Amino acid sequence: MTTTPEKAVEKSDLVTVTIDGVQVSVPKDTLVIRAAEQIGVQIPRFCDHPLLAPAGACRQCLVDVPDAGNGRGFPKPQASCTLPVAEGMVVSTQESSPVADKAQRGVMELLLINHPLDCPVCDKGGECPLQNQAMSNGQGESRFSDDRNRGVKRTFPKPINLSPTVLLDRERCIVCQRCTRFADEIAGDPFIELLERGAQQQIGIAEDAPFLSYFSGNVIQICPVGALTSEQYRFRSRPFDLVSTAGVAEHDACGSAIRIDHRRGKVLRRQSGNDPAVNEEWITDKDRFAFAYAQSEDRLVYPQVRDEDGSLRPASWPEAFAVAARGLAAAKQAGGVGVLTGGRLTVEDAYAYSKFARVALGTNDIDFRARPLSAEEAAFLASSVALTGPGNGGVTYDDLESAAKVVLVGLEPEDEAGAVFLRLRKSVRAGGTEVISLAPYTTRGLAKVSARVVPTVPGEEAAGLDALAPELDAGSVLLVGERLATIPGALSAAAAVAASTGARLAWVPRRAGDRGAVEAGCLPNLLPGGRPTADAGARVDVAAAWGVDVLPETEGRDADAIVAALVTGELGGLVIAGVDPDDTSDPAATRAAIDAAGFVVAFDLRRTDVTDVADVVFPVAPTTDKAGTFVNWEGRVRPWEAALRNPASLPELRALSGIADELAHLGHGSPLGFRTVDEARAEMAQLGPWDGERPRLDTPSPGGSGYSTTLGDGDLVLATWKQSLDNGSLQDGDKYLKATARTPVVLVSRAVHDSHGPTITLTGDRGSMTLPAEIADDLVDGVVWVPSNSVGNGVLADLASPGTTVTIAGGAA
Amino acid sequence: MTDMLTPVLTDMWDVEQGWKLAPYESKGGYAALDIAFGMSQDDVITAVKDSGLRGRGGAGFPTGMKWSFIPQDNPRPKYLVVNADESEPGTCKDIPLMMGNPHVLVEGVIISSYAIRANKAFIYIRGEVLHVIRRVQAAVEEAYAAGHLGKNIHGSGYDLDVVVHAGAGAYICGEETALLEGLEGRRGQPRLRPPFPAVAGLYASPTVINNVESIASVPAIVKNGAAWFASMGTEKSKGHGIFSLSGHVQNPGQYEAPLGITLRELLDLAGGIRHGHEIKFWTPGGSSTPLLTAEHLDIPLDFEGVGAVGSMLGTRALQIFDETVCVVRAVLRWTEFYKHESCGKCTPCREGTWWLVQALTRLENGQGTEADLDQLLDQCDNILGRSFCALGDGATSPISSSIEHFRDEYLAHLAHGGCPFDAARSTAWAGTEVSA
Amino acid sequence: MSTQPIDEKTIAELREIAARYPEPRSGLLPMLHLVQSVQGRVTPEGIEACAAVLDISAAEVSGVATFYTMYKRHGVGDYHVGVCTNTLCAVMGGDEIFARLKEHLDIGNDEVAVQRQGDSKTVSLEHIECNAACDFAPVMMVNWEFMDNQTPESAVQLVESLRAGHEIQSTRGPKLCTFREAERVLAGFPDGLVDEGPTAGPPSLVGLKIARERGWTAPDAPTTPAIEAKESDQ
Repeated sequence: MTTTPEKAVEKSDLVTVTIDGVQVSVPKDTLVIRAAEQIGVQIPRFCDHPLLAPAGACRQCLVDVPDAGNGRGFPKPQASCTLPVAEGMVVSTQESSPVADKAQRGVMELLLINHPLDCPVCDKGGECPLQNQAMSNGQGESRFSDDRNRGVKRTFPKPINLSPTVLLDRERCIVCQRCTRFADEIAGDPFIELLERGAQQQIGIAEDAPFLSYFSGNVIQICPVGALTSEQYRFRSRPFDLVSTAGVAEHDACGSAIRIDHRRGKVLRRQSGNDPAVNEEWITDKDRFAFAYAQSEDRLVYPQVRDEDGSLRPASWPEAFAVAARGLAAAKQAGGVGVLTGGRLTVEDAYAYSKFARVALGTNDIDFRARPLSAEEAAFLASSVALTGPGNGGVTYDDLESAAKVVLVGLEPEDEAGAVFLRLRKSVRAGGTEVISLAPYTTRGLAKVSARVVPTVPGEEAAGLDALAPELDAGSVLLVGERLATIPGALSAAAAVAASTGARLAWVPRRAGDRGAVEAGCLPNLLPGGRPTADAGARVDVAAAWGVDVLPETEGRDADAIVAALVTGELGGLVIAGVDPDDTSDPAATRAAIDAAGFVVAFDLRRTDVTDVADVVFPVAPTTDKAGTFVNWEGRVRPWEAALRNPASLPELRALSGIADELAHLGHGSPLGFRTVDEARAEMAQLGPWDGERPRLDTPSPGGSGYSTTLGDGDLVLATWKQSLDNGSLQDGDKYLKATARTPVVLVSRAVHDSHGPTITLTGDRGSMTLPAEIADDLVDGVVWVPSNSVGNGVLADLASPGTTVTIAGGAA
Repeated sequence: MTDMLTPVLTDMWDVEQGWKLAPYESKGGYAALDIAFGMSQDDVITAVKDSGLRGRGGAGFPTGMKWSFIPQDNPRPKYLVVNADESEPGTCKDIPLMMGNPHVLVEGVIISSYAIRANKAFIYIRGEVLHVIRRVQAAVEEAYAAGHLGKNIHGSGYDLDVVVHAGAGAYICGEETALLEGLEGRRGQPRLRPPFPAVAGLYASPTVINNVESIASVPAIVKNGAAWFASMGTEKSKGHGIFSLSGHVQNPGQYEAPLGITLRELLDLAGGIRHGHEIKFWTPGGSSTPLLTAEHLDIPLDFEGVGAVGSMLGTRALQIFDETVCVVRAVLRWTEFYKHESCGKCTPCREGTWWLVQALTRLENGQGTEADLDQLLDQCDNILGRSFCALGDGATSPISSSIEHFRDEYLAHLAHGGCPFDAARSTAWAGTEVSA
Repeated sequence: MSTQPIDEKTIAELREIAARYPEPRSGLLPMLHLVQSVQGRVTPEGIEACAAVLDISAAEVSGVATFYTMYKRHGVGDYHVGVCTNTLCAVMGGDEIFARLKEHLDIGNDEVAVQRQGDSKTVSLEHIECNAACDFAPVMMVNWEFMDNQTPESAVQLVESLRAGHEIQSTRGPKLCTFREAERVLAGFPDGLVDEGPTAGPPSLVGLKIARERGWTAPDAPTTPAIEAKESDQ
């Protein structure tokens, strides 16, 4: 059952009431049902939910109010979920009032007359507020369907699909409206509604209009009965057979608290955790339903080495360490080894890669950015992102709620950061915040936060930011997305505008491990703790902590440069961890680099194109199988402990430690000095953050920003980002979730649709893509939008390189 | 001493084409507008307060006081909404009023809107009365054409637009906040109060919602004065009201009289109970007002008099049932009505009416024991005052009051093993068949 | 019955309805009446059209369309016949009328009677709740026009006349129009029939008649309007 967190309040705002004879002081406007919680009285309830507007519908929480604070009482029992406290109010709950107790028992009896009482076969049985409260606040026997009165219950045909993921058993529903209120108030997707009337009233959808919302699964969790179930979990388990472990969602940079429910080593479902400072009680459907990938058949469960016949064969961990070390030692001598770590690492594992690169491989050629990137971005991360956090003035979720203006640049929160989206919507609905977005059109997500869209052609964000600067001040927040990396001048402009206006700035990347990788130093220009590689003092600091004489001095190659150097043979080897070449700036080049590399050590969860060609392959433990930490976009540290014990799953830091030991034996570098997550955490804590001077970000020269591409006749600028649900490999294995993804389309202006639709082929420098076209009414002239990873191998592999244009043709190519 | 009947609103009903503007104006219609515009808005409110007019939709809340609750410092637009969703079983006064004399409603709307400083008013008429809607639509059109509506009405500088809005079949929309939901294009489910409509009603703006007859009473109050209105009726229930007699009376129909008239007096005017029969039970103000019996013929039909005997004046919908009628059957049918019309929002009403229908059906069929009567009363106790709005309360009224007055008749069903009544004897044509 | 599509003219009229109100969604109830006037019922297409005009979800429109009983999800006849079976009318004979019509038309509640050879129009039957005409009990409604003081015999005659395509006059209104025509008036598009029918039916006039006979009136208005007097006092 959900309760409200206590918040610090001024004394003068307190109201004192007496509940069941106990005086309690609570903030004014507190509802009686919450005030009662403060003195430990649980008033039964169903429709009430602290994050939803009061409904007063179920009437389960009736209490007696002999004095409303004005000396007069209410003649009838009052719903405590809709009644605010008043000074001097006297409330008698079921604990002290026979009237309240009878009222509650009466309502409970009525709630149960049409309830099927099929608890033994109901998924909710064992964790059901109706079941629990019927026991605590109801009577044992029903007078409706006893021997004398064979009452006829309302029946409905069994369950209906509200969406591919959410099913509804109407018989069990007590129409508390939690789900419809969530859909309307929180998600902004009012695609489920109360239908019919009276006893026939039920939840439903319009014909052929399923409840497709990125947040739909939350309604299952807040349903106080077993009416809403998921296709995925339905009939799979009993709550009392499950073990619950707190976790952190790995699908975006929000750091959402989740609960992992598992049984005998297998995850059966995931629920939202309750973290008022972060995701409150909501998670995206991706966070909830996308976990089957870790249990897929192609999961790697043992190390492999390339045999003499050229094939990969299983190997013991020690053998794999030794083979990897020998190969890397050779590659190091053949020019060096680059390290590409991807965006999904825990901060402990990222730290291990960072240290491994420096102390074992002797290089700063390390980059977590397995996506389009720029040197400007690396500089921005070092100067404006690393080390910021809730404790030192960094932007937080709560700040989004109190900001007067939140400016989104290169960021589509509904797709890329669901918890950020929900928090923005909450603050907009509360009336305090205006969302402004520099975007090519009004997306559904932007419409739901009533955003003021500043029409912006991708590439022109820097100019747009400069133009917006006059209306920003210290009450404003700038949220910039990772897409700005490839837009020259954009991130610098954001930093400059923030500095000049006092607006606060935060970088909201897409992946769970991105921010932690910055902190851990998985960048060519940053050492752990935000220490600039180029700063001698910083290097000394780290070297001392690590007990090594020196660290490589020059800034390393970034991911693109590592790829290039592998292709030209300047680098001899590669350590690659969970990187999909199709996500990188140039997928073909990345594949060529892997092929060209003299020696490749690959870390991955599942078999991929990369592991197929690697020389040594190490399995990676999913987030359920190891302790770890993500640092979310706020810079908030989000640690968790392992949910499952799987001896075959080792954290990457353990493997890296093993390889480093072998390398040290071969005379290359030093051991890592830690073998467990706890040891890594201790070392990181000891190293601590950089307290020296932060690197400066060069201010962009005016006019020197934006794409340099000149538009040819008929060329269109490509706008693209990844949708929340797409072909991402972490979504593999759940067909129900997949079925709720938005249909991939190309968005065009009405004129383009009229001249080229309804099917359009885009052609860019890397290929062509044919999609059904839809009209985006306010799409900026000269722009088309496609989802980045919803068709084929994605835009970067199949269509165009970042920042280039495409041409358009009607029909299929 | 006022006359026994006091036609004011009904006074146009026997006029040829009385729904049209010309006959209405020829009888002094729309003259009250200029009087009102010559007064300050607050003075109009005061006049209505002083008249003692109380809401004619059933609850009897003082109309002028309701108007004075509109916060005039609120910068949002103010709205007047006329509740013309007449649907309470037995209630049949507003419909003939709007059919026969729609202009008195329009004139009342203009004065009332002026008083509360509204520039937009809505008349929400239940959808199931097509011809009434035509008449009100046309009256509004005529009023616009004659300069009684629109910009700068009668040169006063006051602007008013009126929209006639057809409902679509939902008794609950007679509940004022449910009506607002319907008027906002939503499911007609009652809203939480507070905020009250006077503060945040239609479009979250200050809103007055008044019954048709209340608003229609305003022009005469303005024209003739508060004292004139207050000279009719009783001490706390002043003025005239339409009394609707239906059922087993000789001459059912509408009788406009000062509040406080008795049913005995009304029955005398109506030619008495149908010949050869006697009154058994009646509703003073629709099915949601507890039943009364022959004992109560001499109570004054005003808010206090009916309240004193445990019922409510309601809408003065006097449904008269003679001794041929099975009270259990009557109550069961009303209960089915409440079940059908329950909006579904709250548990006690939604589930309670479901159960009550089953319980009463069993009793009507002669099944069960006397203990079931007490159980039925306990069910009512678990619904009354526990529901979100008054619909649930209303559903219990006929049941509780009928068991109070006719417990033996319920028991007779059990003893008889079914309903001991012959429904055919109650019909409108029963007498003719017998005599034929 | 043929279902006309929601064409551009209808969309324009839907927009016109929405524009009557300070907030467009207020137009939804009359808009759904208009949908019924075009399609004879509330169709998924009509729901979509309303949702598109108002920029709300189809589920929100469905929630409204299924709440109000006048919105039909399956077709009704050209003449939708309602019999009041709320307590008072039921007791006065509504139950008997409804039973007779069900039997005569061989249908259940809320069903359309078979169109026999020779029938030029169809009828459907529904028992309805109190229609605010209790002094005319037992009451029937045809396409929401009053048919007062019915008997089982008159009711059978009525539905037969309707099926035969005869002109029927409402007892307190114009000649009956079709369901779709009626719905158009409810959507706020008058049909010019307002001046048909009487000012009031006989029962509405019983009290007035007595008052006229006996010379009873409301008290005379004061010669000096009381309110003006009061104002001059100030």
